[in-house]
Amino acid sequence: MFAYAIRRVVSTIPVMAVVALFVFSLLYIAPGDPAAIIAGDQATPADIERIRESLGLDRPFLVRFGEWVWHVLHGDLGVSIFTNLPVTHMIAQRIEPTVSLMSITLVLSLVVAIPMGVVAAWKNGTWIDRTLMVIAVLLFSVPVFVVGYVLAYAFALQLDWVPVQGYTPIASGLWPWFQNLILPSLALGGVYIALIARITRATMLEVLGQDYVRTAKAKGVDQRAILFVHALKNAAVPIVTIVGIGFASLIGGAVVTESVFAIPGLGRLVVDAILRRDYPVIQGVVLMFSFVYVLVNLLVDLLYTLFDPRIRY
Amino acid sequence: MKRRDFLASAAAVASAASLATPRIARAQTANQNPRVLRFVPQANLSTMDAIVGTQYVVRNAALLVWDTLYGVDSKLVPQPQMCEGHEASEDLKTWTFKLRPGLKFHDGAPVTTRDVVASLTRWMVRDNMGQFIKKRLDALEAIDDQSFRFRLNKPFAKMLFALGKANPPLALIMPERIAKTDPFTQISEYIGSGPMVFNKAEWVPGAKAIFDKFDGYVPRPEAADWLSGGKRIMFDRIEWDIISDPATVGAALQNGEVDWSETPLPDLIPLLKRNRNIKVDIADPLGNIGSLRMNHLQPPFNDVRARRALMMALSQEEYMQAVVGDNPDLWKPLPSFFTPGTPFYTEAGGDILKGPRNYDAAKKLLSDAGLLGSKVTLLVATDVAITKAEGDVTNELLKKIGFEVDYVSTDWGTVGARRAKKDPPSQGGWNIFHTWHAGADCINPAPYTALDSSGDTAWFGWPKSDEVQKDIAAWYDAPDAAAEKAAMAAIDVASFENVTYAPTGFFLMYQAWRSNLSGIVRAPFPVFWGVQKT
Repeated sequence: MFAYAIRRVVSTIPVMAVVALFVFSLLYIAPGDPAAIIAGDQATPADIERIRESLGLDRPFLVRFGEWVWHVLHGDLGVSIFTNLPVTHMIAQRIEPTVSLMSITLVLSLVVAIPMGVVAAWKNGTWIDRTLMVIAVLLFSVPVFVVGYVLAYAFALQLDWVPVQGYTPIASGLWPWFQNLILPSLALGGVYIALIARITRATMLEVLGQDYVRTAKAKGVDQRAILFVHALKNAAVPIVTIVGIGFASLIGGAVVTESVFAIPGLGRLVVDAILRRDYPVIQGVVLMFSFVYVLVNLLVDLLYTLFDPRIRY
Repeated sequence: MKRRDFLASAAAVASAASLATPRIARAQTANQNPRVLRFVPQANLSTMDAIVGTQYVVRNAALLVWDTLYGVDSKLVPQPQMCEGHEASEDLKTWTFKLRPGLKFHDGAPVTTRDVVASLTRWMVRDNMGQFIKKRLDALEAIDDQSFRFRLNKPFAKMLFALGKANPPLALIMPERIAKTDPFTQISEYIGSGPMVFNKAEWVPGAKAIFDKFDGYVPRPEAADWLSGGKRIMFDRIEWDIISDPATVGAALQNGEVDWSETPLPDLIPLLKRNRNIKVDIADPLGNIGSLRMNHLQPPFNDVRARRALMMALSQEEYMQAVVGDNPDLWKPLPSFFTPGTPFYTEAGGDILKGPRNYDAAKKLLSDAGLLGSKVTLLVATDVAITKAEGDVTNELLKKIGFEVDYVSTDWGTVGARRAKKDPPSQGGWNIFHTWHAGADCINPAPYTALDSSGDTAWFGWPKSDEVQKDIAAWYDAPDAAAEKAAMAAIDVASFENVTYAPTGFFLMYQAWRSNLSGIVRAPFPVFWGVQKT
């Protein structure tokens, strides 16, 4: 398995190369001009041209791409066109809020969604099953930003339990950190909970119909043990797969959630960079997200062996 | 009591306690510190070089960090700021200035005239008035560490206004080594001599910018008035919280998480006004002028008749209601290119924008010019509320008077790049885009790039009118207020004649702050000096 993991990590190199070329080319052909944005609305076309030259944006595609790749290979993602700060520094400033948000969302989603799916399967066809699935459909259908606004209105503005916006680093205390993240995590986790709950239910229904479950029931094994120990472990592979796939939607949702709750994370960084056409920042963050996504999928593949001993690499 | 009842009661008490805990914990971390001001700016502060970048948000941040030699007061009269005073020769060709003593940069170095000369040299490349001075300049020289001199080959009466004006780029004074940076390349050291120090280490672009009080700043003895007088900061720290979602800004203000919002969403104003903990007032008394900008190089608007037809059918009321809503206090019709309420305001030539709108006459004019049914490419930045609202009104207007509209819905970044293209619309060019100009930039022709009608080198749309240019030159040379006023009227007439652009009306925006703040004034920029928190 170790050799497999190494092979998979090595195989990310061509993937990252394709991503790099794709992102760079896309930005090159996309309309927009960072020089015009830096110069401001009152600047003349001549001023903008001079700024473009000073930024090196007038150089040919291949020269710019080659230079960028060379720097990336040396661990340097470049410097923001606007702030003059290194992209790695800007990413480092933003990693903690995004990782915190996604971690809490992930834990919250698994804690809520898996029991929800298991119970729905167990009570298949009853009002409990129908109610849980209606909740899942609702969570799936309502956009993240709507959920966000409603939660902020209810729990921050009306009840004053938590702040409306912002982020407190974990170093400033666990409770203030959690207070700032609970509403965003609930908003972001809605779709994820719905997705995992539905997959868990479907997989559990299949597993619960198998002979060994019937045997366990006949032997008088406790219902909870049947559900959460015997059946759930065998249903885990598709659930883990969907958790991995859902990670991508979590990244997308984080962009919106971070904007609604003013969390200074990577999602907002990339949106701001896109709006301003801050090419080095966009390229750096997209490259990093792609790398993380590839790693998450690798992790999912490795987790299969944990849940299903028949799987060998 | 049964066991189940006991457990239920215990759980209820526990949950009530746990629900109460956050409130207590939050109260301890809430924004109560009277020495810290939390401010939400109008936009993201993504750069800190106010010479290279002319965005208002950058100018506003720069005003905290850098100081100016002169500064306009609320009557738009320049007053000494870093300067002790000046002497002008009778022919207004030689201007000698003396710095006031004790000025220091944030790194502790004294401010000298070498810094001033280098800073003004960089500024003159980028600023309209600076460029005008540069054209007449024989020498800008340091006489000693405290005195410096402009020697011009032609008189220039507006020197003090140029050095103290509020519109970007401002003549900011920075250390010589930084000011020697190319005027088109951004600086990376943000050291000024203003009342606040920019805390670069804590800067999270797009999220937070921090300004710490500069203990070495010596304010002038006079009372503060806009950019003039003593800039006394009552805070140890000013935090700019960049919150991109306007609804979140409103909620954060209501919850006391921020103290002051520069431009709250107009739709939220009634809600904020009902909150007794929040005060709401007009932000900038000089307001803004909406702009419908036409491309003078490409058909149909390369024909002045098409531009006139559009202007005679344009209803400013419709535009302004789309931009600021039904509140009549927030807008007024503007049959002028200049800011109403300012000393040289004129409506000369503005009759075309007055009275009922004449769609039939507009159609007839287009028909006579053979332009009825022409295709118009309308660029609309839908991510900016004002341009989206104006674009939608223009879309209807163009159709109403007989144009075929190609409505290009895009973002401001794309409009910013595409509007620079002089090519026909079919090859990536454009016919119309919308923007707005701060009223502070439209008080006279100097900061007003949108009025420049020099053709190829003019602002986007590239209007050309020798008459407008002649009148602008006359304004620069005007020896007194009467001549200045006459020149402004002539510029207005010629600009309407040429339809340099179409003003869509004058509008104001609100600012809002927590009621425990005092000292907030109306100005074209947030004035932090004199503001206090209790």
